[in-house]
Amino acid sequence: MIQLLVFLPLFAAAVAGLGNRMIGNTIAKLVTTGGLFVSCALAWPIFIGFLTGANHAYVAPVLSFIHSGDLQVDWALRVDALTAVMLVVVTSVSALVHLYSWGYMAEDDSQPRFFAYLSLFTFAMLMLVTADSLIQMFFGWEGVGLASYLLIGFWYQKPSANAAAIKAFVVNRVGDFGFSLGIFGTFLVFGTVSIPAILSAAPHMAGSTIGFLGGRVDTMTLLCLLLFIGAMGKSAQLGLHTWLPDAMEGPTPVSALIHAATMVTAGVFMVCRLSPMFETSHVAMTVVTVIGACTCFFAATVGTTQTDIKRVIAYSTCSQLGYMFFAAGVGAYGAAMFHLFTHAFFKALLFLSAGSVIHAMHHEQDMRYYGGLRKHIPLTFWAMIAGTLAITGVGVAGIFGFAGFYSKDAIIEAAFASGTQAGGFAWALGVFAALLTSFYSWRLIFLTFFGEPRWAASEHIQHAAHDAHGHHGHDDHAHDHAHAHAAHGHDDHGHDAPAEEDAGHEPKADTRGFTEVEHGTLGYHPHESPWTMAVPLVLLSVGAVFAGFLFAPAFLGEHFWQGAIAYSEELHEKAEHLPTLVGLAPTIVMLLGLSIAYWAYMVNTSIPGRFAKTFGGLYRFLLNKWYFDELYDFLFVRPAFALGRFFWKRGDEGTIDRFGPDGVSKLVVVGNRITARVQSGYVYTYALVMLLGLAGIATWAITR
Amino acid sequence: MIGLQHFLVVSAILFVMGVLGIFLNRKNVIIILMAIELILLSVNINLVAFSAYLHDLVGQIFAMFVLTVAAGEAAIGLAILVIYFRGRGTIAVDDINQMKG
Repeated sequence: MIQLLVFLPLFAAAVAGLGNRMIGNTIAKLVTTGGLFVSCALAWPIFIGFLTGANHAYVAPVLSFIHSGDLQVDWALRVDALTAVMLVVVTSVSALVHLYSWGYMAEDDSQPRFFAYLSLFTFAMLMLVTADSLIQMFFGWEGVGLASYLLIGFWYQKPSANAAAIKAFVVNRVGDFGFSLGIFGTFLVFGTVSIPAILSAAPHMAGSTIGFLGGRVDTMTLLCLLLFIGAMGKSAQLGLHTWLPDAMEGPTPVSALIHAATMVTAGVFMVCRLSPMFETSHVAMTVVTVIGACTCFFAATVGTTQTDIKRVIAYSTCSQLGYMFFAAGVGAYGAAMFHLFTHAFFKALLFLSAGSVIHAMHHEQDMRYYGGLRKHIPLTFWAMIAGTLAITGVGVAGIFGFAGFYSKDAIIEAAFASGTQAGGFAWALGVFAALLTSFYSWRLIFLTFFGEPRWAASEHIQHAAHDAHGHHGHDDHAHDHAHAHAAHGHDDHGHDAPAEEDAGHEPKADTRGFTEVEHGTLGYHPHESPWTMAVPLVLLSVGAVFAGFLFAPAFLGEHFWQGAIAYSEELHEKAEHLPTLVGLAPTIVMLLGLSIAYWAYMVNTSIPGRFAKTFGGLYRFLLNKWYFDELYDFLFVRPAFALGRFFWKRGDEGTIDRFGPDGVSKLVVVGNRITARVQSGYVYTYALVMLLGLAGIATWAITR
Repeated sequence: MIGLQHFLVVSAILFVMGVLGIFLNRKNVIIILMAIELILLSVNINLVAFSAYLHDLVGQIFAMFVLTVAAGEAAIGLAILVIYFRGRGTIAVDDINQMKG
């Protein structure tokens, strides 16, 4: 069964990808989506089996792979509680995203390719989570990286998409370099790459040292940090996070599946899978905690200023991944996995809802051009509300809460309960990030769904409305045009693009009265998405609302895991008995964030603009994402280009080419020009040469 | 007394004249043919001189062969020349540079 579950997506990807135009859109979509739904149907019983305690961990061998000396690697599918969680997350979200893409990608030219990539990604992700050896995990790791690259660059006609795809791949290479070094080191130290063998041997290696870069370092610390670098790359942690926001260039279903719910959580999964190993190194755990907390805080601050709806959610993802990492760092692996689980549902929901909004708004992604969408796309609105309630962690302890309420609070409490300095640091940043999370999430809601419509200035909408006027709509937009009435002749005054500042409300509120508001829509009325997009939204909403409530006891307890992750009874004990104020802190800051957002974006809409002016430096700092891209451009990209240009111009062209191939060819040309003069075409010249040659040979023969 | 050396010197002079005749002449292909004849004759003189000197008739028989071959060579060479003249209208050496690539 598990083999079928894992390999069905591969089969579907092969059919859709190789068949491509031969089999047509519908068959390709049916095969991939059907395959995923079957996989999903197979995954849930496994998960439920572990929930009820009926299932136990087992390994299903598939094929032998490498048998060379000490290195013994086989393809095998390992199923335990940890894997079961990931199986459910991956297959469920993937199946829903496949279905959603029917609607979202309906106008695309190369749908079989898209669905083949999606299924290929799912297969690679399943290989990753079922890995029994580090080699197989690396295979899945690179497989998802490849699929991510292909899907970010899916619209390869767009230069920005290509650039983003390359960036994602290159930044991930940095992490993968650390990961592969970690695997080599693990093999060197333990003599095996089998994960269970490594985990059982890890405690015995604690405290030993190993030579690295000319010094002696603690073995386990080194290995864990190298592996963690891999996790940082894949999970977009501070330092290697720059690719994630750019990855939003890909189609929105891709963002939901890969860059929110599954692939980016691979790092967290890896740390949890290897948790007994990380437990042996205090330093590594501290690093994981600090990096996680910093990412969580950093991404949340940046998220508050972004105006692109997908980028806000991307930074939100980055921030939530930070939560998961510092939970793992303080030893609360259960909480980390729980947040991974709930996050997959509500973040996929947020992304798909955002996709629905973008779909309704003709691919306009800038929130400054939204507004008042609540009435036009009510289903999307309610789905987004469910996602937002889940991510901000709304709930009352002991009664009911949305998904994030259980998982995020568990993480924040565990950080406090760990009692270490790093834990305290993580707790403080985590709580502050929760405030920011609440703020930017509600800001997104208020800017998008409330207030007055502001999309008259949007080029995308102008384009769409224009097409409707002339009654010459493209086929791919036909659906929209049915909804777009012929607009009243509108004059352009007051339709300037929103100012640089954050507050999209402000220019409209000031420059036009109520009667002019209708002009703000340009006669364009957003439409609700088709049922293929609505169904995933509804199902994910159910997940976002109930996942926390239903599964919190299982995930946060010890029993469910059956030893798949390291578990600390002491930490759990302490987290149960926290001061009341600490327990309430996340809820308090959540309400605070909500009220600030409400006040700034609903009540007094001039505040964001004034704030941006007053604290211009801070605002620009956040708007430019802490200048990470600029910093990397200065530190790495430009020196790399300069070095490359040096080697190219001076090294290759100036030295190797000049004295190598080019030099030889020039020598041959010059030599030929000289020897060509000998060939005069006159018989007597040839006769002379022959004679000289004969004389030479005769001389040699005589004097020898 | 005329000895072997005298024959050899005459032969060498004839040979060198023949060789120079081949590549110093700018006039006419017939002269090249004649120069070749000259070279062959110088060789004949050598053969006959050594034959007489060593009391060995083989040399003189070889000289006969050489004369035969020379006659054949001259016949073929002249035939080629005639055909060439028909085609090109000239047999001046300086005009024959078709062998240039």
